[in-house]
Amino acid sequence: MKEFSGKVLFLDRSDINTDEIIPAKYLTEITKEALQPYLLEDLTLNGFNNKEDIQNKTVLVTRANFGCGSSREHAPWALEVNGINVVIAESFARIFRQNMYNCGMLAIELPADKLEYLFENYSGKDTSITIDIDRNKIVVTSLDQSEEIDFQVGEFDKTLVKEGGWVGYADSNY
Amino acid sequence: MGKTIAEKIFDAHRVNMPFPDTHVLKLDRVFCHEITTPIAITDLMARGMDRVFDPTKIKAVIDHVTPAKDSKTAEQGKILRDWAKRHGIKDFFDIGRNGVCHAIFPEKGFVRPGYTIIMGDSHTCTHGAFGAFAAGVGTTDLEVGILKGICAFHFPKTIKFVLNGSLKPGVYAKDLILFIIKELTVNGATNMVIEFTGPVVDGMSMESRMTLCNMAIEAGGTCGICYPDMTTVEYLWEFIKDEFKTKEDALLEYSKWTSDADASYEKVYEYDVSTLEPMVTFGYKPDQVKSVNEMSDTKIDQVYIGSCTNGRIEDLRIAASIIKDKKISNEVRAIVSPATPAIYSLALKEGLIEIFQDAGFCVTNPTCGACLGMSNGVLANGEACASTTNRNFNGRMGKGGTVHLMSPATAAASAIEGKITNSQLYKA
Repeated sequence: MKEFSGKVLFLDRSDINTDEIIPAKYLTEITKEALQPYLLEDLTLNGFNNKEDIQNKTVLVTRANFGCGSSREHAPWALEVNGINVVIAESFARIFRQNMYNCGMLAIELPADKLEYLFENYSGKDTSITIDIDRNKIVVTSLDQSEEIDFQVGEFDKTLVKEGGWVGYADSNY
Repeated sequence: MGKTIAEKIFDAHRVNMPFPDTHVLKLDRVFCHEITTPIAITDLMARGMDRVFDPTKIKAVIDHVTPAKDSKTAEQGKILRDWAKRHGIKDFFDIGRNGVCHAIFPEKGFVRPGYTIIMGDSHTCTHGAFGAFAAGVGTTDLEVGILKGICAFHFPKTIKFVLNGSLKPGVYAKDLILFIIKELTVNGATNMVIEFTGPVVDGMSMESRMTLCNMAIEAGGTCGICYPDMTTVEYLWEFIKDEFKTKEDALLEYSKWTSDADASYEKVYEYDVSTLEPMVTFGYKPDQVKSVNEMSDTKIDQVYIGSCTNGRIEDLRIAASIIKDKKISNEVRAIVSPATPAIYSLALKEGLIEIFQDAGFCVTNPTCGACLGMSNGVLANGEACASTTNRNFNGRMGKGGTVHLMSPATAAASAIEGKITNSQLYKA
């Protein structure tokens, strides 16, 4: 199982598409590692600098419909090779969400009010998140506060995360 | 309670349900292209699992960057080519015989009503036009599809559109789907199938139905679906004539892939579309849609007619009918990319290519290239493109560029004027 813990990158925008996560011109790469420098290169978000802001971040918190657009699994891969194995959002595009779990990564949905709470209380601070997948808890911590937030994950998704992805599971079960 | 077409297809293909709401389906087709497949191939090789479940059900094409533009794209093509050869995948379409995947695979008769299809491409939803369940997937799903011929899905909740009336002259399937995306928003159909029904769809060609279904993903939809009818049978007849005595027999067989009258829907939308105007996008999301009249006079630098949305013969005929005996504006450059070699040949025979060239268009070989800013028509920073493609994301056709999505008719009129223009201006 991958590691689901670390510093948080907050992206306060809905409908961040896979072209923004990894532009099409980099789809000519044939290794995941080659995508590393280009994560979120074309993100439209005021004040965001993809070279500096993603440094040392391993959990991404954002708004609705994250990962819409192209089916490119290069989007989760670009996150993965930058150490980001968890995205928490109000909702995800279907293909992106499935790609995350297929790679043994976590795409966690939270209601809008809980996300708003996270943005209000933890964005702009030195915030860390640890996912406890067995207890379905998001443990969020900053300098002055710490708390647990419940989340739901389906049995299939949880199995993929625990078994490290869909290829291994499918090969041993089908 | 009756069933939707998607539920019926699921029932006919379900292998099992390993977990609640996890339907593992048997696949009839796995389509592949050179952008998302090579990493699946190299991963299978690395795992010592370089196998395919059935080489006759896998179809592959080089379409995104073709001919190769550099060493990297040449390598992607080579990985796909070598793999197809190694596994006896006969339906592999290499340079010269290749076209845009969602145009060439239907054209070759690979899609049938009731089929399950996946591809590592979000616009795979196009093939639902034939009454199939066709879904875009990532490379891992594709990899398992190649290896095992299966894919897992959640229950196909369905939204139904009943489209009544008739489209005005100058208004096409593209205008209709832009209007529908505006109504649904970019995630209004996430995790859902969209059925397109009603007299307007019944009267549409397969090409127009593919345009509708192609953009289901822009509202988040898993698949767009039209019910098979005699139009579907006619399109497929040359491929199925040995299976059925008559077209009526084929229709009878395919008619089982239709939703029951008492099927359950997440939501049903009913519109009379007789007053719909030509539509165009603004901004960077495909649900940012206005009428062409509201956007007219918006300056453009490039016009692009092509893609899996609107690069078929019907699209070229419509555009050529507007361009004929006219010149494009000196303020723009214009590109037309017939979506397959067969479309290109037919366009040549019908004199359409000559019309485009006389008007000042660049005619390219079939490729996806410009649509996603990979080749054959990339925008410069600050430029705007009037495009018949399917995505207007920021920088989609080139960093810093803007894309206005529209029908081939609107794109043709816009090429003449050098700004977004209603094609109805040119029709008597």
